[in-house]
Amino acid sequence: MDFDLTEEQQMTQKMVRDFAQSVIAPRAEEIDTSAAFPEDVFDELGKLGLMGIPFPEKYGGAGGDTITYTLAVEEIGRVCGSTGLSYAAAVSLGASPIFYFGTEQQKEKYLTPLAAGKKLGSFGLTEPDAGSDAGGTSTTAKLSGDSYIINGEKCFITNASYASTIIVTAVTGKDKKGKNIISAFIVPANTPGVTITSNYQKLGVRGSNTAAIVLEDVEIPADHLLGDPEKGFKQFLYTLDGGRISIAALSLGIAQASLDKALDYAKQRKQFGKLISSFQAIQFKLADMAMEIELARGMVRKAAWLKDHNRSFAKEAAFAKLFASETATRAANQAIQILGGYGYMQEYQVERYLRDAKLMEIGEGTSEIQRLVIARQLGC
Amino acid sequence: MNIYVLLKRTFDTEEKINIQQGKIDEDGAEFIINPYDEYAVEEAINQRDQHGGEVTVVTIGEEDSEKQLRTALAMGADKAVLINTEDDLEAGDQFTTARILEAYFEGKQPDLILAGNVAIDEASGQVGPRLAERLGMPYVTTITNLEIKGESADIERDVEGDVEKVQTSLPLLVTCQQGLNEPRYPSLPGIMKAKKKPLEELELDDLDLDEDDVEPKTKTIEVFLPPEKAAGRVLEGEVNDQVKELVSLLKTEAKVL
Repeated sequence: MDFDLTEEQQMTQKMVRDFAQSVIAPRAEEIDTSAAFPEDVFDELGKLGLMGIPFPEKYGGAGGDTITYTLAVEEIGRVCGSTGLSYAAAVSLGASPIFYFGTEQQKEKYLTPLAAGKKLGSFGLTEPDAGSDAGGTSTTAKLSGDSYIINGEKCFITNASYASTIIVTAVTGKDKKGKNIISAFIVPANTPGVTITSNYQKLGVRGSNTAAIVLEDVEIPADHLLGDPEKGFKQFLYTLDGGRISIAALSLGIAQASLDKALDYAKQRKQFGKLISSFQAIQFKLADMAMEIELARGMVRKAAWLKDHNRSFAKEAAFAKLFASETATRAANQAIQILGGYGYMQEYQVERYLRDAKLMEIGEGTSEIQRLVIARQLGC
Repeated sequence: MNIYVLLKRTFDTEEKINIQQGKIDEDGAEFIINPYDEYAVEEAINQRDQHGGEVTVVTIGEEDSEKQLRTALAMGADKAVLINTEDDLEAGDQFTTARILEAYFEGKQPDLILAGNVAIDEASGQVGPRLAERLGMPYVTTITNLEIKGESADIERDVEGDVEKVQTSLPLLVTCQQGLNEPRYPSLPGIMKAKKKPLEELELDDLDLDEDDVEPKTKTIEVFLPPEKAAGRVLEGEVNDQVKELVSLLKTEAKVL
């Protein structure tokens, strides 16, 4: 048993922290208010090799592990939820499925530019009528000669407006029991028939790009099918399990930022002639925040460790995502309470943390879905 | 070119520093590469990329200093050397450091040695110049630009905000000032490669030095934090009276007049 991070993990953590604090943090407020995707920040993340942490060097990655990746997500999330979300989605959802399930050729052609940070990937699963019930996908892909013709609509897709490739799930047929067979496809974003629009006005993570995709007779070569044609559903469940670890790490970053801000404020703010950090009412809030954050961190690390050791991690990833996201919302909410009137003001940032944190309880599986995943793992 | 960087591991002065029994409490402190030495590492890498050769980063310290050396390797240095004095030395000063480095450089043929202008912990700024003196090579401190052409070096150095231009020859030791460059972040591939790069560990014995040879010439009598900054005072009343009061306060309270 060893709770210490390795030297590489510590170095990565420090490097990302330094970069996030000096380059992203000064931009966070503007990224939120203007709701503009910070493309230049992603260029920098790419140059630092952060877009390819968990992928092997031969595909343009850094050959790091999941733990290292979660450290990076946490540090970015600590300064900017929007950047953190787009980062986590690009790596865990845009690139990882190609790494997990792609052929050698697909990896070379499509994973390499993503891992090297030259292009951005996106993952189109959710549909207007298929959210938590992803099995209810109605987008279809029909084989016609050497091509698939895809028709349908996707919504709430992170990074799609800036993506070079979108992994799209679609129904390709029915099995013997009459259930839909879902497959995944690598769709280059510039394929004719792909229309991407980004008109959402969001509560939080406003600088993270979110788009709707319409696919109209989109023709892609048959070899763009990703992984096993029969197991698209299982594949995206596995992808989401991995993604959950990163959303948990991102939540952890937001929660940590909330505690940092609240603690800092409590140690400076005087009321009734005393620092408010000397009042038990404030101390108890801070103590709860610190405790929950550390518990969440333990779970994130364990889930990542299990994944790195090729062990099953679905339950732990759900634990981590559920607990860390709810911790983030509570911590941000309490931070606002501790800062009082100031906390409600944009200038003090904690109101942004709360708006950003709320998404963590919804994206990549709502808290309710996490509980279902856990219950299923318990054998219910 | 044979390029060497003298690097020091220091505590981060931007973090809170605690003093316990006359010593800085290392438990809560954050440790970093001395920021001025980061300019030296960056410059060394740039010079190597321009002129070829190899960058070796040298530090004197303890086992823990390996982390800062690995960071320099991750930034792009080729080799690192840790002169570990943990078991041999109780205390050291600038003489100790310069003497050990002199022994280290014996038989080596450095073309360029780069160091930080000062270390942010003790800020003596002595090690670089003293080492150059001992090695009998020219040195230029607080440099903000370095152009090497063959055996000659055109240097700009910061002199209290002005620029002085100096021309000198290799082999050469320089100390680096803010403004020389913008140190890079170690990239992820750099971090992953750092572990495979050579890191040599030496002790005083390996340099044919005894403890006595490097015994410090100075003694640290006391270590203390600067006094807490008190709240400012705003004088009131007629301007003439304020001036009189200010002068009297500067004499009696601040004792600067």
